[in-house]
Amino acid sequence: MNKTQQILFDEPGPRAQRRIRIATVLGAVLLAGAVVAAVYQFASHGELAAARWEPFTTWPIWRYLLNGLWATVRAAAATAVLSAALGLLLALGRLSTHRPLRWLAGAYVEIFRTVPTLLLIYVTLFALPQYGLNFPLFWKLVVPLVVSNSAAFAEIFRSGILALDRGQTEAGLAVGLRRGQVMALVVLPQALLQLAPSLVSQLVGLLKDTSLGFVVSYTELLYSGQVLSSYTHLLIQTFLVVALIYLVVNASLSKFARVLQARNGRFGGRRGRRTAELPPPLLEGNTPR
Amino acid sequence: MEALTAHLSELGHGLVTTVELTVVTTVGAMLLGIVVATLRIAPVPLLRAIGTAYVEVFQNLPLLALLVLFVFALPTIGITFPLFTSAAIVIAVYEGAYLAEAIRAGINTVGVGQAEAARAIGLTFGQSLRHVILPQGLRAVIQPIGNICIALLMNTSLAAAVGVVELTQAANTVNLVEAQPIAVFTGAGLAYMLLALIIGQVTGLLERRLAIVR
Repeated sequence: MNKTQQILFDEPGPRAQRRIRIATVLGAVLLAGAVVAAVYQFASHGELAAARWEPFTTWPIWRYLLNGLWATVRAAAATAVLSAALGLLLALGRLSTHRPLRWLAGAYVEIFRTVPTLLLIYVTLFALPQYGLNFPLFWKLVVPLVVSNSAAFAEIFRSGILALDRGQTEAGLAVGLRRGQVMALVVLPQALLQLAPSLVSQLVGLLKDTSLGFVVSYTELLYSGQVLSSYTHLLIQTFLVVALIYLVVNASLSKFARVLQARNGRFGGRRGRRTAELPPPLLEGNTPR
Repeated sequence: MEALTAHLSELGHGLVTTVELTVVTTVGAMLLGIVVATLRIAPVPLLRAIGTAYVEVFQNLPLLALLVLFVFALPTIGITFPLFTSAAIVIAVYEGAYLAEAIRAGINTVGVGQAEAARAIGLTFGQSLRHVILPQGLRAVIQPIGNICIALLMNTSLAAAVGVVELTQAANTVNLVEAQPIAVFTGAGLAYMLLALIIGQVTGLLERRLAIVR
């Protein structure tokens, strides 16, 4: 246990230890009660029968779900690459010395950070086809995701660039580099390295967003689960397995983000001098304004 | 423009539902967030583990998957709620994980001396949390909490995917009737931006009133 978690209590004495034991037992009883209640609900509706779980030990079912996962990964990869690129351009636009560029990029980010992705998906599904823009299914999911995620990426990049010591830019300008060169050769390489954990965290959010494929009927993981359950009528089993797959994939990514965060600044010989100024990994919602 | 004015009542109902859903889930998620953040710093290892597991699970599952599981799959084991209630519960539980992390970050900003002083004058864990740590910790993270509330507002639109007729769904329905996508979707988008702006303004006001300048 680290120091910050321990601020609220001392090393427990005999009485506190007794109280901790009592609380542990109470917590365990409550937890066991919840598990028993869940098992009872499953059993009393016949959902625990071996026949209703057996299909999930067979390869065809797993092949179908893993195909769904592969489609999720493909959509997430395309969204990640495109929205990171667009986000970087937007961040540079917001920090540019040209006022109109700054204004345009700022307006884009502010608008698409506060419009729900689902609304954008409805626009690509129902509005754009009227104007002759009928994307293939894959892009009906990816385009709206890119539009909204690029705004999030822009904010991450901008905060990373702003968090870097001003002296770096000044030194670059002082040795005679042009602004673009300073950005490309001095600021971005350092900022990107520092931002690695935040970017990986954003990947988790993006992977979760691809579940909106459910709405456009693109057979990614969640919609695959829906299709599968309409054939097998194993509703709760299928969606629990789907949730488990999401959990495993995303928890691994989150773990990777934490590992990156922990060793940040320690590669390249720069021993974490600047980690203190860094924003925490950006999970959904805490993008700095 | 006519498409909007002709369907003002549908869109208005949608807007009201979105606002209701946002307010109810914000309150629920805030309470859950405080409870889970408390669990994560409690002296009891089991409770800490439960808090950590809660955050891990609900930050790593897509909200839409949770909604589908809750609304379509739970009835097969006999657990059924009205649609609005289901959506509210799921969104509150989901956003509670994010709020718990924000609140924990706030608690970590409170000086160790504060907690030590609270213990020195004889306050118990619960008392020092309630009277000393939380009032200061929450003030430090008003801005992040506001940002999570804006994300929550946007996430309430996912309730449309399981059948709740809130603003996004209302806009979609009106568009299917009127075939005026630009007016309808721009109107809905502007309404969301306005709501987000209000949340942002309230957050800013609270921040100016309450934040402790160190």
